[in-house]
Amino acid sequence: MSEVKGLEVVEKEKEAKMVRIYIMGKEYLVPAGLTIMKAMEYAGYRFIRGCGCRGGFCGACSTVYRFIDDYKLYTGLACQTKVEDGMYLTQLPFVPANKAIYDLDKIKPTPNILLRYYPELARCVSCNTCTKACPQDIEVMYAIQAAIRGDIEEVANLTFDCIQCGLCTIRCPAEIQHYHVFQLARRIYGKYIQPRAKHLEERIKEIESGKYDEEMEKLMKMSVEELKKLYENRGRIED
Amino acid sequence: MSEFELIRGYPKYMRESIELVEETRERRLKEEFRHLSLEEREELLKKYHPDHKEGTKRPLKIGPNKGMIAPHEVIDLLEAHPLIKPEQIDLSQVDYETDILIIGGGGAGMTAALWAVYSGVSPEDILIVTKLRLGDSNSVMSQGGVQAADRPPDSPTRHFLDVMGGGHFANDRQLARTLTMEAPYMMKWLEELGLMFDKDEEGNMIELWGGGTSCRRMHSCKDYTGMEIVRVLRDEIRNKGIKCVEFTSAVELITDDEGKVAGAVLLNMESEEYSIAKAKATILATGGFGRLHIQGFPTTNHYGATMDGVILAYHVGALLRDLDATQYHPTGAAYPEHIVGLLITEKVRGGGAQVVNKFGEQFVFPLEPRDVEAAAIIRECWDRNNGVETPTGMRGVWLDTPMIDLIRGEGAFKKMFPAIFRMFSRVGIDPTKDPVLVFPTLHYMNGGIVINERCETTVPGLFAAGETTGGVHGKNRLMGNSILDYLVFGRRAGINAAKYVKNVRIGKLTLDHVRRYERWLEEAGIETERRAPLILPDYRGKKVLMRRIDVL
Ligand SMILES: Cc1cc2nc3c(=O)[nH]c(=O)nc-3n(C[C@H](O)[C@H](O)[C@H](O)COP(=O)(O)OP(=O)(O)OC[C@H]3O[C@@H](n4cnc5c(N)ncnc54)[C@H](O)[C@@H]3O)c2cc1C
Ligand code: SF4
Ligand code: SF4
Ligand code: FES
Repeated sequence: MSEVKGLEVVEKEKEAKMVRIYIMGKEYLVPAGLTIMKAMEYAGYRFIRGCGCRGGFCGACSTVYRFIDDYKLYTGLACQTKVEDGMYLTQLPFVPANKAIYDLDKIKPTPNILLRYYPELARCVSCNTCTKACPQDIEVMYAIQAAIRGDIEEVANLTFDCIQCGLCTIRCPAEIQHYHVFQLARRIYGKYIQPRAKHLEERIKEIESGKYDEEMEKLMKMSVEELKKLYENRGRIED
Repeated sequence: MSEFELIRGYPKYMRESIELVEETRERRLKEEFRHLSLEEREELLKKYHPDHKEGTKRPLKIGPNKGMIAPHEVIDLLEAHPLIKPEQIDLSQVDYETDILIIGGGGAGMTAALWAVYSGVSPEDILIVTKLRLGDSNSVMSQGGVQAADRPPDSPTRHFLDVMGGGHFANDRQLARTLTMEAPYMMKWLEELGLMFDKDEEGNMIELWGGGTSCRRMHSCKDYTGMEIVRVLRDEIRNKGIKCVEFTSAVELITDDEGKVAGAVLLNMESEEYSIAKAKATILATGGFGRLHIQGFPTTNHYGATMDGVILAYHVGALLRDLDATQYHPTGAAYPEHIVGLLITEKVRGGGAQVVNKFGEQFVFPLEPRDVEAAAIIRECWDRNNGVETPTGMRGVWLDTPMIDLIRGEGAFKKMFPAIFRMFSRVGIDPTKDPVLVFPTLHYMNGGIVINERCETTVPGLFAAGETTGGVHGKNRLMGNSILDYLVFGRRAGINAAKYVKNVRIGKLTLDHVRRYERWLEEAGIETERRAPLILPDYRGKKVLMRRIDVL
């Protein structure tokens, strides 16, 4: 029967090759092949901040780094980026940014709506720093330009993959709070611009009218054997 | 080092197997593998599912569920000392006084909070406490989608049958009924909140297959379904001004002198200072247990998935169920090493990708219920020896991702699965050109706290919703039903807690149940240093832990 070797073998492999990294300036020798997150743990850090999903979905683990002899500042997610020799890194577990408060039911999807809630949008100098900072490879600057133009649909679609890590926001010379702007745009798009699912309305009416109640009652009272038979014969609806 | 040289992300010997996958692909496009009958499923599970592996479980020795069989990792925590000692805690200094205390800021907790507000509770009278940041949870990670039978020819009763069959008919039928009958309402609610569902031009939901379902009913938002839902819910929580304290975990419940649950002892994760929250109703929404690494498996779960709610509930004597059944997701990443265990959504199979062995041959219908699919993959790797071994000694089979573009047209994969595409691109693999290696990974806590359809646990004043509960899914949850679970039952927890707080009077606060728990442990002769809840796993390097001295 199966033997799940995963963890122990992985431990062994880690011994193989080490790289030198600098966590907030302090030197550590860590196994190559680890993510920044696992390397920091290996070095002795126990996360409370800076670690959420561990899978690239939550934006808790924003990290900035440089290499010795390279002027460039890189950004990445600690849970998704492998350590490399000579990496100087620090995490940015929190980005101060203000979210506008609104009642979505009362909002009108007009072209100036994003500017009204986030007037600082107009300060964008088109430097593209935000795009370069984004670990999700989102065209952040284009999205901001679309927001200024009032093209909500474009903003929503361009920014759908935003995990709200805040890296763009902390780098922006115009102090724009991108991910909150994008959130508002997507909700307006989802509620007012994307067409509604009519079949949902109809199905809800059917349920409310009691269409399924009798059959459900029967299913509730059936013996397990009868239920099993029904299940085996229910067929797949290929449409 | 030439054997480790990578060609488009894979070592040479793995490339050889990929060539076989490529050779058979054309033929397989038209080939459908047979489904298993209920009997064949049972046999496969008995022989190959990790739940049936010998020596991995034991009966619980204490409390109202005495005799319940569960994995050692679960029993270890249930048979551990409570984290706090009653004499350390001053209950007379109440820090937060609230109507509804919600423990856990994932999908279930946030849904409960919003529906409590809709039910007339003022946002100031609700307190959410959560371990990490609001939304750092399993909920934010779900990729594939959410089930709802919301158009003909599908029906809630068909959905119900699928849920029951997937759960081996061990589900609480009333809960399964509620789940499936209320599914369309919850989709409607999300639409109203401005969720960006995948839709066609007319607004119809694009719906896909899920494992163990008999009709296409998987609604999604690309492969960021959970992230899209969580960020919308979180935005709405903030619009409503509902109070949330982050980096604060509940470490013990508090009861009053009549035994009603009346709040919790909280721990500030950063300062380690405790505080007291007194509440008329308490909702547990703490999620699952992936970080217990049952049987040493890697997991898809978030950092804080340590089953705290189950522990807290059991300390006050709430009944538990179905914790013997653990869900392993059939397709966790098996290569490369630093993403091992991360999820590759079932939606990839729902979209047409097959699972094939090292010879490029199918060995199982790709959309069996999860436990069956996982067992078949384990058999293929470790019994029939038809898996591909990774450089670190793991084994896996291929998920033939390039099939998606072949079936649905160039660009389809990237559009449907931006997260998966990104995850593999970051490691140098192009999943639209090459298959990816997969093996089962620890995914979901099928069982949990017993609730009724009002989300009441067996202890008054204590409600629960989401992955921390049991019964909805029986012994095995189907894909897309747990997002639905936290929506349907999160809502119900919020509404029913709102009703309950109108007429309840809280007496004197006590931690007597902690003393009682210690007595149970003593009477059962359990001697251990373990303490629970666990709160966070500890992944620090071994050398560091061995040489650590606690002086600061
Ligand atoms: C990678 C992945 C993919 C998935 N894909 C799908 C899918 O496609 N479809 C589907 O239906 N389901 C899917 N699931 C399952 C589904 O996401 C979860 O079952 C569901 O989101 C659980 O919601 P919840 O609110 O109950 O728990 P969670 O979302 O996990 O939230 C629990 C919250 O409680 C907090 N918490 C825990 N303990 C404490 C404590 N002691 N004190 C305070 N706070 C605490 C946690 O930090 C967390 O914020 C997936 C799960 C994972 C991990
Ligand atoms: S970083 Fe700021 S100023 Fe520069 S392009 Fe982006 S939004 Fe505009
Ligand atoms: S757009 Fe900004 S907040 Fe969103 S993922 Fe990119 S860098 Fe992070
Ligand atoms: S921990 Fe969630 S994105 Fe890295």
